[in-house]
Amino acid sequence: MAPAPILSLSGISKRFGAVQALTDAEMAVHPGEVVALVGDNGAGKSTLIKVIAGVNPADTGEIRWDGRPVSIGKPHDATVLGIATVYQDLSLCDNLDVVANLFLGNESVRFGALDEIAMERRASELLNSLSVRIPSVRVPVAALSGGQRQSVAIARSLLGEPKVVMLDEPTAALGVAQTAQVLDLIERLRDRGLGVILISHNLADVKAVADRVVVLRLGRNAGEFRMGEATQEEIVQAITGASENAVTRREARVVGAAGATEVDR
Amino acid sequence: MSTANSDVLGGRMPVSKPGEPAGPGATGRPPGLRAVGRRLRTGELGSWPVAIGLAVIWLVFQSLNENFLTPQNLSNLALQIAATGAISVGVVLVLLLGEIDLSVGSVSGLAAATLAVLTVRNGVPDQVGILIVVLICGLIGVVHGLIITKVGVPSFVVTLAGLIGWQGLQLYVLGPQGTINFPYEGFVAWLTHTNLTKASGWGLGVVTVAAYLAALLLDQRRRRAAGLPLRGIRQVVFRVWLLAVGVAVAVAVLNAWRGVPLALVILVGFVVGFDLVLRRTRYGRSIFAIGGNVEASRRAGLNVDLIRISVFGLASAMAAIGGILAASRVYSAGQQSGGNDVLLLAIAAAVIGGTSLFGGRGSTYAALLGMLVIGSITSGMLLLQLGSAERFMITGAVLLAAVILDSLSRRGRRASGRE
Repeated sequence: MAPAPILSLSGISKRFGAVQALTDAEMAVHPGEVVALVGDNGAGKSTLIKVIAGVNPADTGEIRWDGRPVSIGKPHDATVLGIATVYQDLSLCDNLDVVANLFLGNESVRFGALDEIAMERRASELLNSLSVRIPSVRVPVAALSGGQRQSVAIARSLLGEPKVVMLDEPTAALGVAQTAQVLDLIERLRDRGLGVILISHNLADVKAVADRVVVLRLGRNAGEFRMGEATQEEIVQAITGASENAVTRREARVVGAAGATEVDR
Repeated sequence: MSTANSDVLGGRMPVSKPGEPAGPGATGRPPGLRAVGRRLRTGELGSWPVAIGLAVIWLVFQSLNENFLTPQNLSNLALQIAATGAISVGVVLVLLLGEIDLSVGSVSGLAAATLAVLTVRNGVPDQVGILIVVLICGLIGVVHGLIITKVGVPSFVVTLAGLIGWQGLQLYVLGPQGTINFPYEGFVAWLTHTNLTKASGWGLGVVTVAAYLAALLLDQRRRRAAGLPLRGIRQVVFRVWLLAVGVAVAVAVLNAWRGVPLALVILVGFVVGFDLVLRRTRYGRSIFAIGGNVEASRRAGLNVDLIRISVFGLASAMAAIGGILAASRVYSAGQQSGGNDVLLLAIAAAVIGGTSLFGGRGSTYAALLGMLVIGSITSGMLLLQLGSAERFMITGAVLLAAVILDSLSRRGRRASGRE
């Protein structure tokens, strides 16, 4: 693990009217590290992501990028720093092909016309290097499976050569095999030395790829675990805030429920 | 490099359904039959249904009346579709955004009336007058666009107000004297009463095919240099052959009467020009993207409002050009200019030609093909000495069929997109 975090947040607070969404939250991500951000609904995960992405800047708190303090006031600031966000609803245009989606808003132009050849070549190289398998870069994304679409969305976020990639519930709507595909892709991002922030409800996914887990509860940090050092129970306990909770009660009831790993599904 | 690429791209996802054809590793673009099969399933039919429909319509009318497929009738058909076809090109642009413009008929009438008042009553030179009118109407579209994007009123309502309001302005501009005639020898009349000489008709055809061939070859060369999968040589030959035969037949038929009408050249010029803008520029790509997914386009950093406003401007400008062509054809502009079924036919043509009402799918060729279908029905009905009653019913049925096809293929796309 690299010694210094590429992105670190501390003392982040955010209030929406009467609701205190975040209180003194903190987290950090290092290059080549997958940090899972988990928490129950309303724990403040999305708010923290929006703070980092510049969609909803924090009221108070400090963000450090590569050790120096920065302010992220709008999405563009985050992009310029090198933070890419892949939203849950994918943000792909179904009617456009893979190349067009990858380069949307950022097309290569030659003599005033789109340089399809340069874009197709770069798209192939990019998807190739990520081992993303799709029938052809010229099919409309509507014709792709959920996992392939998610892969395209993640690949697109890499075109700006970011250092940190945030993935909001990347496996939420996917089947088992497609989830595995996306998890493989997340590992490849880590191998490239990117910092990855993974928001997920699915503790099985978190367990599979995360190096570290940051737990939020009611807008506050409720624990931080290094994967492999924490048990599933400890993480669930941090998420729910009690060792005695609906999840443990259920597990106690169901004999041999050690395999039940999904929360909130 | 190239083989490695095509391996990956041609490779199949392990989880995809058995029997699903793998992407073609050799060409990168799906060739022939396979592509048709995939398009059928995924609902990417493009212009094929309307092309087949047009062939059927022609065969039916020809079997009912042998005068239908004569050079004279086809030449007249080409002239008849030019004006509404130009309006329809603008409608296609708006439909691609997933919006609608109901004011194009009124705007075309206003354009004709304004041009007549400027040139005939006030002595403004014809060319200058046309420029002014197209600009004014472009601004009208920009006003529509501003209200739609900045105030957030649905385009349906804004342009419905435009439909009524601009027609009122048209009557106001004309004043008590309802109709203004254009001089027979003037530039405005010349636009739709001119045919290319036989030689220049052939020349234009040859240049068109040669330009297409050159573009394809250049593309192949660059693809090879970039190590990308190439189109099959058969596909290249087939495409060029198809265009060459189509152009040759069209020129031969039109030359057998009075030569290629200038109005048709103008219409096809707009169709091809806007098609290139749509498919080959960032602007065109943005229009498709907004029609496909507005939120994604916004997140990708596109200036969604500006693009929408500009498209409404273009649609109204094209409506003006159509209105001028229509006025030129009848040597006059009057209270009835742009009225009747101009609006309905322009929208119907775009949809019959395969432009989706749901946005993001279609091309300007839809305007041309759709107008050919509508024009053929009209012309065939006239030859059979049937009246407006039958014509409207049949045109309505064809439009309904086109919309049903659009909805079905959308459903197909959804099903295959969900997988």
